[in-house]
Amino acid sequence: MKKLSARRRHPLAAVVVLLLALAATGGLYAAFAPAGKAQADETAQSLAIEEGKKLYSVGCASCHGTGGQGTTDGPSLVGVGSAAVDFQVGTGRMPAQQPGAQVPKKKVIYTQAEIDQLAAYIASLGAGPVTPTDKQVDPSGADVANGGELFRTNCAQCHNFTGKGGALTEGKYAPDLEGVSPKHIYEAMQTGPQSMPSFPDTTMPEQEKKDIIAYIESVNGDETESPGGLALGGLGPVSEGLFAWIFGLGALVAVAVWVAAHTAKAKKS
Amino acid sequence: MSSQQIPEDSLPVVQETAHGAVERTDDPFADPGLPAHQPRIQDLDERAANRSERAVAFMFTLSMLATVGFIASYVIFPVDKIVYIWPFGHVSALNFSLGLTLGAALFFIGAGAVHWARTLMSDVEVAADRHPIEAEPEVKAQVLADFKAGAEESAIGRRKLIRNTMFGALALVPLSGVVLLRDLGPLPEKKLRTTLWAEGKQLINMNTMKPLRPEHITVGSLAFAMPEGLDPESHDFQTQMGKAALMIVRIEPDDIKDKRQRDWAHEGIVAFSKICTHVGCPISLYEQQTHHVLCPCHQSTFDLSDGARVIFGPAGHPLPQLRIGVNSEGNLEALGDFDEPVGAAFWERG
Repeated sequence: MKKLSARRRHPLAAVVVLLLALAATGGLYAAFAPAGKAQADETAQSLAIEEGKKLYSVGCASCHGTGGQGTTDGPSLVGVGSAAVDFQVGTGRMPAQQPGAQVPKKKVIYTQAEIDQLAAYIASLGAGPVTPTDKQVDPSGADVANGGELFRTNCAQCHNFTGKGGALTEGKYAPDLEGVSPKHIYEAMQTGPQSMPSFPDTTMPEQEKKDIIAYIESVNGDETESPGGLALGGLGPVSEGLFAWIFGLGALVAVAVWVAAHTAKAKKS
Repeated sequence: MSSQQIPEDSLPVVQETAHGAVERTDDPFADPGLPAHQPRIQDLDERAANRSERAVAFMFTLSMLATVGFIASYVIFPVDKIVYIWPFGHVSALNFSLGLTLGAALFFIGAGAVHWARTLMSDVEVAADRHPIEAEPEVKAQVLADFKAGAEESAIGRRKLIRNTMFGALALVPLSGVVLLRDLGPLPEKKLRTTLWAEGKQLINMNTMKPLRPEHITVGSLAFAMPEGLDPESHDFQTQMGKAALMIVRIEPDDIKDKRQRDWAHEGIVAFSKICTHVGCPISLYEQQTHHVLCPCHQSTFDLSDGARVIFGPAGHPLPQLRIGVNSEGNLEALGDFDEPVGAAFWERG
């Protein structure tokens, strides 16, 4: 103790005391301060919105306006919700390559994290449909038969009865649903992208959307069973009849021509 | 200078043709006769003929094996067995094997028969000359005489009662067919002009089977409704829905160009018949950005923001609109039936 008191006038004594005091205060604060989880999330959320806004200014603002208010080249994004962003950017439709009758699906250029940041920013502009959770879109255990009925009532008029897609007016079309992830199908129903009308939860509850996803997976997936053999695109009796007439009869004609063209005579003329 | 203008005398006496030189005669259309018969290897070489015989027998044997395979696959494969076969995908093992074996069985019978006919059966050309199709005079006279004798013996000319009743019987028989035409009727009377919609009937959501409420229907969404009280399991459900099918969309009231349409809507919620006015296909290919509805059958296009006016295609009338409102419980309800017949036009539609 004597040693310590002897050095109390040392030039570095004040520095040492200050350091000790700071360490003690910081340690006590860390031990007792209420570590607010909500506060931390909010920070993450506002960070995502910040980042999303930056991405938005670079990739989207030229058509949708600097504040998402829309321009003559693109609609307003106020109130479209995070689900719309997740669908449009997550399927590569946005950012659009060029103006046209319909913006096609193409290579996705943003990572899922960036898409989430963009979605957070757009969602902050106005309330809208929220990106569904994995549990919300999981079709396991859903009623495929009921999904089929709902699909034929609500979707088949444009997307064909097995989701193969079809033509609309003036170059627009309903896309093929093969290989579209359950989340994106769910979001499309929720938000109604481009020409497609929306099917909100009020008229088509979440469980019915799951049934529809289960139906699409069972009739238009990699593992889809086709007991009749070659499905020929699942387009219906016209294409099947045309196939039989052209390729079936064509093969018969080709065989007949081949038989007649190869003479059995010993002396080939 | 075309060939027709060459004087005949200047033509060469011997003309080159694809089949070798032919002597020019005075009659340019003379019958050249049949070409000489050409033998086949099988006609000349007995071993070749035996090879052909074995080939034909081989194909017939393959056909037999395929038939056995058909029966075996019918016995072996359960009806719901699915297998992956490139390039067909996941197909039924039973259907695939039955088709393959039956096809092979039939194909090898045909292929064997063709090979047999081409290589072993006689291929000597046989000419069958044409003859006049008229019968010989003696045959004609004989037939007429037989007919007269038959008429004489049956006494059809003498026993007039038999003759007349026979004519009567033969004349009446076709009436059966005429009477059956009654089944084309009865006339539909008012059935084409009315649907199940009536004043006070609530709009039932076809997905949830619950009454639709105005707050359910957002701008840009699409919903389908059926009239309250119709049971989807009932016998005439399809008959009734064939006329009553309804599609409901919401359009910003300011975007609705047709005044009557705006009046018949409820806060921009409009209800239109889902049956095309051309030939009655169900249409609901609604494009929410343009408010156009396309018929998949013949591409008739209707503008739902302008009284469902026809803007393209063969349809002759706009889609009928159902007048809707809200009842005391806050549910959407019809304010009457359609004011014009729904669906395809008909003769007396007016």
